[in-house]
Amino acid sequence: MSAQNPQMQFNEAEQRELAQFLEAENAKARIQQTVHAMTDSCWDKCIFKINNKMDRSDESCLSNCVERFLDSSLFVVKRLEDLRSSGI
Amino acid sequence: MSDYNSGYNFGGGASDMGNKKQEVMDKVRGELALANAQELINKINEKCYDKCVPKPGARLESGEQACLSKCMDRYMEAWNVVSRAYVGRIQRESAGQYGGAM
Repeated sequence: MSAQNPQMQFNEAEQRELAQFLEAENAKARIQQTVHAMTDSCWDKCIFKINNKMDRSDESCLSNCVERFLDSSLFVVKRLEDLRSSGI
Repeated sequence: MSDYNSGYNFGGGASDMGNKKQEVMDKVRGELALANAQELINKINEKCYDKCVPKPGARLESGEQACLSKCMDRYMEAWNVVSRAYVGRIQRESAGQYGGAM
């Protein structure tokens, strides 16, 4: 379709640049989606009272929540690999 | 009459192409930013309504409104804390892959 309408065609260099750009924006969007999911879950685990300012204990709870979630994910993956390699 | 793709005004000519590329990139950035903002707003609505309006009355009381205001600020701060923690962890993990014994 773009061959029939050359005005809609980007040259090769621009196509490459756009492809890289889209790849980068997609990666950023995936990260933001994960941040949304983690904030949702960690808010429930950490924030009980709405204060005028976020205190240090809430902040460290949120940080820990993120780190432990990632640790858990790695743990699950590793255990699955162990199970697989032991023939189950 | 040529059929142009709606949403993009392709004028033609080589000097236009640099602008078209920028237009596409700006449009994509804009759409992703909008989607992110909508997600954030939905989460804030959900979480702050739960926290601040536990027993819905006949109208939104001033105390509830004040709580909603503070809750919005706290949720956005929480989002930033989570984002920093997550991005920091990703950076540490990928640095480890190259710095570790490989």
